[in-house]
Amino acid sequence: MIDISILDVFPVLLKGVSVTIQVLVLSAIFSYLIAFIAGFGRLSKNVLVRKFTGFYIEIFRGTSLIVQLFWFYYAIPMLFNVQVGSELMAGVLAISLNYGAYMSEIVRGSIIAVDKGQREAATALNMTRFQQMRLVILPQAVRMMLPEFGNYLIQILKATSLVSLIGMTDILYHGNMLRSTNIAMAPTIYLLILVFYFILALPLIFLTRKAEDISKKGVASS
Amino acid sequence: MPQVMDKEVKQGVQQDEPIVKYENICKSFGDLEVLKGIDLDIMPGEKVALIGPSGSGKTTIIRMLMTLEEPTSGNIIVNGKNLWKMNKNDHLVRANDKHLRQIRGDIGMVFQHFNLFPHMTILENCTTALIHVKKMEKKEAEERSMKMLEKVGLGDKFDAYPSQLSGGQKQRVAMARALVMRPQVMLFDEVTSALDPELVGEVLEVIRDIAKDGEMAMILVTHEMDFAQEIADRVVFLDNGVIAEEGTPEEVLEKSNNERLQSFLHRFRNGNGV
Repeated sequence: MIDISILDVFPVLLKGVSVTIQVLVLSAIFSYLIAFIAGFGRLSKNVLVRKFTGFYIEIFRGTSLIVQLFWFYYAIPMLFNVQVGSELMAGVLAISLNYGAYMSEIVRGSIIAVDKGQREAATALNMTRFQQMRLVILPQAVRMMLPEFGNYLIQILKATSLVSLIGMTDILYHGNMLRSTNIAMAPTIYLLILVFYFILALPLIFLTRKAEDISKKGVASS
Repeated sequence: MPQVMDKEVKQGVQQDEPIVKYENICKSFGDLEVLKGIDLDIMPGEKVALIGPSGSGKTTIIRMLMTLEEPTSGNIIVNGKNLWKMNKNDHLVRANDKHLRQIRGDIGMVFQHFNLFPHMTILENCTTALIHVKKMEKKEAEERSMKMLEKVGLGDKFDAYPSQLSGGQKQRVAMARALVMRPQVMLFDEVTSALDPELVGEVLEVIRDIAKDGEMAMILVTHEMDFAQEIADRVVFLDNGVIAEEGTPEEVLEKSNNERLQSFLHRFRNGNGV
């Protein structure tokens, strides 16, 4: 009996995998990008830039992702008469801005954590500020960021399931649809959904481990 | 007579113009006044040892020349140019990064804690500034760096990472990294203080070697009195933010009557200095 229902559920959920991966990849790319922009913004010499970035970070960290998602999908288009675009756009935007805000603190913290002697040595070699950042500070800071970036990647994967709430046909969406027509299958469906997400997370977990190794090797300073 | 004149003129070009000139330099960190009016001239090729108790401002003096610290007041003149001030619409204003960069290219520095770049190999540590700052071809930069690494006795370590070296080796790499840039003034900030005692010798050996080449001016902040006496042309004793005594190594380390200096040297020779 159970065997038959798993076989029924599996292909349905499979239909959602491509949407989940699509949202994951786009959200990951944009949140990393935003994390760097906001991270540098927080370190800017310009007070205005610093304040503005700080404001953005606190707003997005201090409110819930799901509400942000509804804002982008339902509220903003009505209020300002701007089309955020497709569900995909709204979903990726909300997830990226939310996780970008969190990860910007990692970017900022890692850059600050590079020993100040490194910048001094770079100055003594007469590097420009930009060269100091590019050649000396960032390569070391990125190594420190990697493990945390990996952790957040897994979190982003889990967060993608929220896009089912704005009608995107991801894994959870298909599972919910199936359950609404066949409530008896709910345990099987949700068990299998867990398995799906876990399998998708496996390579990310592996990547995070790898990142931790790299970061251990890279910056064993003096 | 004409011969004498001739000689004087030559010397005038060579020696009468200091390469670095500190003019009434003061420096405070918050309420703490570290330097209270320093006047100091460094001639091209001259080796100057800065000695003095901890907190007397020795390190601050060279850090200001390397542009790592800005003087509170006073001028530092390098090759006739004001380091920390620049001309803007006929007014002297605070130097910007570009101005500092134009001048500090003639200055190199070796740090107490080496500050090697841990993510680069030994060779890359030496070549990176040649390639990106001096815009040298990679091959030429590598050749020059390899020669320098051999000179400091680490030619075989070129592809190792800093974490694989001993403290003495790291400091020798740091010197090679500074030397390939061919500065006119080289600053040494207590370069043996962070080393195990048995590794001090190899580092001093390299400095001795560099000093012999002669052309480069050197300012050494050091606690190695015997070494200062051996290689310095001039020893400067700092105390309480002022230059309390200055002269040849013999004058300062042996013949001076300055009480503070006497007690400093005495503490040192009894081994409870630093």
